[in-house]
Amino acid sequence: MSVKSSVFRARHAMGRSVRGIALVANDGFSARYDLDRIAGLFSRPTHKLTGQSYVGRILVLDTAKGGVATAWMLHEMQSRGMAPLALVFNSVNPILAQGAALGDVPMLAGFDDDITAAIPNGAELEVDPKLGVVTILR
Amino acid sequence: MRLNDEEQDILAGKLGTVPQQALQHQIAVGDFFGAEDFVPVTQAHIMADTESLGEAGVRWLEGLAATTEGRRRVCIPTITDPRGTDFSKASYLGQAPWMLDLERRAIAAFMKLGVTMTDTCINYQTIQAPTRNEHLAFGDTGVVIYSNSICGARSNFEGGPSAVSAGLTGRTPRYGFHLNGQRRATIHFRTEFTPTSLNEWGALGALIGRIAGNYWAVPVIEGIEGAPRSDQLKHFGAAMASFGSIALFHLVGITPEASRLADVASADLPTHRITRADVGALQQSYRKEGKVDVVVFSAPQLSLYELRALADLCDGRNFAVPLLAITSPQVKPDADRMGFTARIEAAGGTVMSGMCFYQSYAREIAEAKGWKRLVTNSAKLVNILGGYGYQPMLESMEACVDAAVSGSLS
Repeated sequence: MSVKSSVFRARHAMGRSVRGIALVANDGFSARYDLDRIAGLFSRPTHKLTGQSYVGRILVLDTAKGGVATAWMLHEMQSRGMAPLALVFNSVNPILAQGAALGDVPMLAGFDDDITAAIPNGAELEVDPKLGVVTILR
Repeated sequence: MRLNDEEQDILAGKLGTVPQQALQHQIAVGDFFGAEDFVPVTQAHIMADTESLGEAGVRWLEGLAATTEGRRRVCIPTITDPRGTDFSKASYLGQAPWMLDLERRAIAAFMKLGVTMTDTCINYQTIQAPTRNEHLAFGDTGVVIYSNSICGARSNFEGGPSAVSAGLTGRTPRYGFHLNGQRRATIHFRTEFTPTSLNEWGALGALIGRIAGNYWAVPVIEGIEGAPRSDQLKHFGAAMASFGSIALFHLVGITPEASRLADVASADLPTHRITRADVGALQQSYRKEGKVDVVVFSAPQLSLYELRALADLCDGRNFAVPLLAITSPQVKPDADRMGFTARIEAAGGTVMSGMCFYQSYAREIAEAKGWKRLVTNSAKLVNILGGYGYQPMLESMEACVDAAVSGSLS
């Protein structure tokens, strides 16, 4: 870890600062297509995180997929305490940004490197949207 | 973002808290994407089924609707995507009373906000087709990709909260597909196969969406022969948007911004070749022979022509398993009047309106009805339902009807 950079700068950012544990995969994200939102698990059989809980984790994924429902669903998930802690993506679409804004989920997107390769699964992260950076703490 | 005098007044609360809250939401999204200012929009389209909203989303809407101070009604034509039920068929679908209560509450709130309850995802076929360069705030990815690509209009994917906000403020942040530069092609496809059936058009769109892969990609496609029909392009675009989150494509010589390849693309774009075998392989990847639990035509809602074609296939048949055909509240009365509904239902099918299968508590329907193995001609539906615990299969309309008769795929 020490030989590599542990601070990654995003071109797009919103929300408040948080610290938490990363759940990482080089895969997409749609709240409707990929999740069992009641159980708080990835449920799409072909998703690389299928069966894993996203609740309270900092999701580090490649890109937003699918339809417009995520714009409501992050808000609904947050209201039940069943939302991810933050979203850190290589790229996002407007839906994810709209959903994160309504649902108060901090989000970073747009990195020079593939962020899903740069951050190890299970790493402890600090997401700071004001500075537009995500830092690997350990 | 740079705000004009009117926007500064809205932000300062001079028009009331509802437009103020809407503009604050829009500024958060606009700032995230680096929008310089707002652009006026002429129509908004809201995706807001209650499975997506949940109790929290319905309360958010009710909060807006309960505001008595200032302006709370939308200021441009603002319409709705399918709802989470067809109230007249809810018991057949095994939907619980709490789902219907949420729907009723959401509808009441929308009405107080001045929203027109069209409940359709084919408004470009039935309500009012967008025109070239018309700036819009449309929800439903299928609506956006059709409006952008086929009509040459300009919209981003506007999720429910943002489309509500656009209806209330009459504008949207100017970023993404409102900008000329974002509408240039980023990836080139040459197809050696021009589909005829709707499922093949969907499969072709799915392949392109999968390869293109993200919202900011704009595929330009060469090789389509003839002039595709609206229903074909509807399935093509809806699948591309579903599989790839794509909001705009160009068909050279067909869509309005791409008379020639050079109109939208530079010479050095990466190129992908698609064959008939590729389209067949995508459909085959979902195929599992054996028992079928239910046949569904939905996503997007069916046009009058699709219902006509389905009615022709249903004559003289007798279904062994349920067959659902889902259309818009605008098309349904015509389908009734023309006798299409009666012919589909005489074979044992059910025609519903104002909902869409995947937006209607599909997981709970699966549990209530014991439906798992589902056959459809919609590539979009196949893509979505995997996450809802279904085993979806993509077949032609003819094969779907055959499966409803025999209760199996062979």
